[in-house]
Amino acid sequence: MTAEATPPLVGKTDGRAPAGPSARGPRARTTAGYPRYVAGKLGGAAVSLLAVLVTSFFLFRLIPGDPVKFMTGGRQVSAEQLAAYRREFGLDLPTWEQFTDYCGKALTGDLGTSYQFRAPVIDKITEALPNTLLLTGTSFVLYTALGIFLGTRAAWRNGRLGDRLNTGLALTLYSIPSFWLGLLLIIVFAVGIGPIPGLFPTGGMESGDEQGFAYVLDVAHHLVLPVVTLVAVEYGQTLLVTRSALLDEMGSDYLTTARAKGLRDDLVRRRHAVPNALLPTMTLIFINLGRTVAGVILVETVFSWPGLGGLFYQALSVPDLPLVQGLFFVFAAAVIVMNTLADLIYPLLDPRVGR
Amino acid sequence: MDTHDQYGARGTVLRLLAAAGAAALTLTVGLVTPLNPAPQQAEADGKKVLTVAVAQSVDSLSPFLAARLVSTSMHRLTYEYLTNYDPKDNHAVPGLATKWEPSADKLTWTYTIRDNSKWSDGKQATAEDAAWTFNTMMTDEGAATANGSFVANFKKVTAPSPTKLVIELKKPQATMAALDVPIVPKHVWEKVDDFSKFNNDKSFPVVGNGPFILTGYKADSYVRLKPNKSFWRGAPKFDELVFKYYKDGDAAVAALQKGEVSFVSGLTPAQAAALKGEADVTVNDAPGRRFYALATNPGARSKDGEKFGDGHASLLDQRVRQALFMAVDRRTVVDKVFQGHAEEGEGYIPPRFSTYYWQPTDGQKITYDPEKAAQLLKEAGYPKNGDGKLVGKNGKPVTYRVLCHATDPQDKAVGKYLQEWWGKLGIGVELDCRDNVSDPWLAGEYDLAFDGWSVNPDPDFVLSIHTCSALPATPKDIGATDNFICDKKFDELYAQQLAEYDPAKRAEIVKKMESRLYDTGYMNVMAYPNAVEAYRTDQIASITKMPEAAGNIYGQDGYWSWWSATPAAASESSDDSSQTGVIIGIVAGVVVLAGLGAFFAMRHRATAEDRE
Repeated sequence: MTAEATPPLVGKTDGRAPAGPSARGPRARTTAGYPRYVAGKLGGAAVSLLAVLVTSFFLFRLIPGDPVKFMTGGRQVSAEQLAAYRREFGLDLPTWEQFTDYCGKALTGDLGTSYQFRAPVIDKITEALPNTLLLTGTSFVLYTALGIFLGTRAAWRNGRLGDRLNTGLALTLYSIPSFWLGLLLIIVFAVGIGPIPGLFPTGGMESGDEQGFAYVLDVAHHLVLPVVTLVAVEYGQTLLVTRSALLDEMGSDYLTTARAKGLRDDLVRRRHAVPNALLPTMTLIFINLGRTVAGVILVETVFSWPGLGGLFYQALSVPDLPLVQGLFFVFAAAVIVMNTLADLIYPLLDPRVGR
Repeated sequence: MDTHDQYGARGTVLRLLAAAGAAALTLTVGLVTPLNPAPQQAEADGKKVLTVAVAQSVDSLSPFLAARLVSTSMHRLTYEYLTNYDPKDNHAVPGLATKWEPSADKLTWTYTIRDNSKWSDGKQATAEDAAWTFNTMMTDEGAATANGSFVANFKKVTAPSPTKLVIELKKPQATMAALDVPIVPKHVWEKVDDFSKFNNDKSFPVVGNGPFILTGYKADSYVRLKPNKSFWRGAPKFDELVFKYYKDGDAAVAALQKGEVSFVSGLTPAQAAALKGEADVTVNDAPGRRFYALATNPGARSKDGEKFGDGHASLLDQRVRQALFMAVDRRTVVDKVFQGHAEEGEGYIPPRFSTYYWQPTDGQKITYDPEKAAQLLKEAGYPKNGDGKLVGKNGKPVTYRVLCHATDPQDKAVGKYLQEWWGKLGIGVELDCRDNVSDPWLAGEYDLAFDGWSVNPDPDFVLSIHTCSALPATPKDIGATDNFICDKKFDELYAQQLAEYDPAKRAEIVKKMESRLYDTGYMNVMAYPNAVEAYRTDQIASITKMPEAAGNIYGQDGYWSWWSATPAAASESSDDSSQTGVIIGIVAGVVVLAGLGAFFAMRHRATAEDRE
C-alpha cells in the first residue's frame, strides 16, 4: 500500500476518488453508487429482521415444555380450563395462524403478554432496557476508549516491557470470568477488606428513596463497580484488535515517508498510523454496540442490576414464550441495526468499501 | 502543513471520544465524594429501616394472581386474612375474624368480623369486603387464578351484617380456619375490569388493612412498605420495611456483612459457615417447613381408569419400593449433602408442625439395611444375574430413570449416592436432570423423582395431593396429584380428617395417613432441610421466629417476624459512613491529581519532542 492510497478515516463524503492507483480505477465509486449501496444494505437488514422474527417464533417452540402446564403446575385443571388458557394465550390456534398473528402484532409493537408476569412483554422490556443501556453503554464508552488508547500505545512500543505488561494484563483480565471478578470487587470495594473501606454499594441500581439530582448521584454510585467489572473484562478485546491492526501498519512506507517529512513520532502515530489501523476496531465497536442491548447476564446477576439479562434468564427458565421471543427479537434487532449502521458508515471511513 | 486540516474532522472525533471517556471517568470518580457516602441502611436519615434481601421476582402484586412466596409474603403484610396462625404452635388465631363457628350440620360457617380494622384510606373493613372477595373468586375465573382451590367447596358466601360473614359449604371441611386468602377492599377492587391482567403495581400506596402499607415497588429493585399506624394489633416498630433485590446469594451475604441489609435467607452451608464468626451477625439454623423426598411412580393413571406414562413395572410391588427405601442411607444424605443443615426424614410432615408430626414405631421403622433390601428384592422375584445385575420379570436388567431438577445441586448429589447404593443391589440408575421437570412428571414418564413440598400449618393440601381425587380426570387433564398415588385406605382417612372438626381427633387421623404413606413406600422422605438465614444484631434487637422457640424468620405463616421486629439501639453507622466519605474523598483527590500529573508530563514530553 502506498501513502497516497491510504484513505482518510472520516470527512470524505464528497465522493472524491482516492488518489493513487487502484485495480478498479479512480472513478469506481461514484455519487450514484452510494445510494444503491445504502439501499442494498437496508434491504438486507429488513430481510434479516424478518428472518429473526420468523426464527424467534419457531426456535422457542422447540424448547421442551408446555407453558400452560407450567402455569397451572400444582393445581387441578380440567381439559376445559386448559383449553381456556390456551385460548387466552392463542396457543389453541394452528401454528401458522399463531405465526401470522404474532408477526402482525409485532409490527405494531405488540409482542404479546408475559405468562408469568401477566403484563405486556413490551412493558417488561421497556422497563428493563434503560437500566441495561445505562450499564452496558457506560461500560462500552469506557472500554472502547481505554482499549483503543492502550492498544495503540502497546503496538507503538511493540515488544518492550510496557507492551508485554499491557497485553499480558489485558489477556489475563479478558480470561477472568466476569461474575468472579464482580464478586471480588464487591468483597474488596463494597464490603471493604483490611485498610480498604467499603466504598460502593454491594448491589442494585438505587437505594430507593432519593429524588432529583441525589437520585442521579445514587444511581451513578451504584454503577461504578459493575462498570469497572465490565470494562476490566472487555477492554482487552479492543486493545488486542487495535494493537494487531496497528502492528500491521507499522512497517508501511507511508509512515516512513511521514517520519522522513520530519513529523514527530507522536503525530505519525496519531494522525497517520492509528486512523488507518482503526477499521478492524470499528467493526468490533459496532458489534459491541449491538451487544449492549442484550446486556450481560452474569454481571447483572452478581450486581443485582435490574436489566434485560436477568429478565431473559427468568423468561427462559419458565419458559415464558412471549417474553423469550420478544427479548430475542430485540437483542437480534439491535445487532442487525448496528451492523447495518456500520455498513453504512464504512464507505465514509474507507471509500474502497461499497464501490 | 496541511496535515492538520486534512485530519481536522478526525481529530475532532478523537477529541470527542476522549472527552466522552474522560467525562465518564470523571463522573465515575466524581461520584466517589464525601457528598455521597455509602448508604448504611439501618440509620438512613435517623429512620429505622429494616432491609431484607430477596432474590425471587414478584410475579404479581394482585392477591388474585400472585403465586410466588415473595408476592404472597407481601400480601400477608398488607392485607388481613380471616385468621392467622399462632407463632408458638401454628393453631388458628383471630385475624380479620375474631370468632368462627360451624353449624350443627357442619355445612355453614359463621365468622364474626372485627369492628376495629380500617382500610388505609380510612374506610371501615367489613364482612361485605370478605364476601365480595370470595364471591369474586367463585364467579370470575381470572380472580380464581391464585387461590381458587380455597373456594372450590363453597356453595354460597353472604354478609348479613358488617360484622357477620356466612360461608355455606357443599360438604364438610375442617380447614375453614386456614383460608389463606387476602381479603381486599371492595370499594377499590370492584373497579377492576379484568382480574387476569390487573397486577396492582402501578398506584401507591396500595389500600390495605395489614400491619404494613405497600408504598413503592420497582421490579427486581425493591418493594417498600411503611407501618400501618392504625393496625388493630399495633403498629410495627421499624419506620420502614424494604425488600431489596440481591439476585446473587454471595452478594447478599456481602451486603449483610457490610450492613446494607439487615437480613438474608436461603444461605448455603458455606455461606452459613462464613457468617458464623462475623461480629453483629446471628445465623439462624432453623428447622424448616419442607420435606425432601424420593417419590416412586406407582403407575400413572387418570380418574377414568386409563393408564398412561411409562413407569417401571417393578415399582408397583410394595416390597421393591420398600427395598429401595431400605437401601437409602438418610443419615448420609443429611450429613454429606445437607452438611448437617437438615433433620433426618421419617414421616411426611416435618417436626416443626408438632400437632401433626408423626414418627414410625420401632417395628415399623425402615432403617438403612442393604442386605435386607437385597433379600427383599429376591423375595419379590427380582434376582441378580451372573453379571451381578438385578433382573426384572422380563429377564432384562433393571435400570431406573430418576427425574431430578437440573438447577438443584442436592438432587444431583443424592443421585450420585443412589447410583452407588442401588448399584450394589445390581440396579442401574439413570439421572434425568432437567430444567423443566413438569412435563415428564405430568405425563408419568419417569420411574422415580426427587420431590419436595413446603408444608402449611394445616396439612390438608400436602395430604390431598396423594388422594385418588387428585388424579387427572382424563390423561388430557392436569391433576393436583403429586405422583399418581391412589390408595383407598389413604383416601378413607383423608375424608375422615376433612370432616373431623375436633382438632385432636383430626390430628390422630392425619398421623394414621402418614403411617399408611410410610408403609406403602411410595414416598421416601429423606430429610427436612433447615431454613438457614442470618440477621444483623446491631440493626435488629429482637424478632419473632415461627415456631417461637426455634423457628424460621423468612416466609412465615403470618406477619409475625417483620411486624414484631424491634430496631437495635442507635449504632455508630453514621460515623462510619462519614469516615468512609472522607476516605473516598481522599482517594478521589489522589486519582484526580495523578491524572493531572500524567497529563502535564505527557504535554511536557510532547513539547520536548517538538523542540527536537
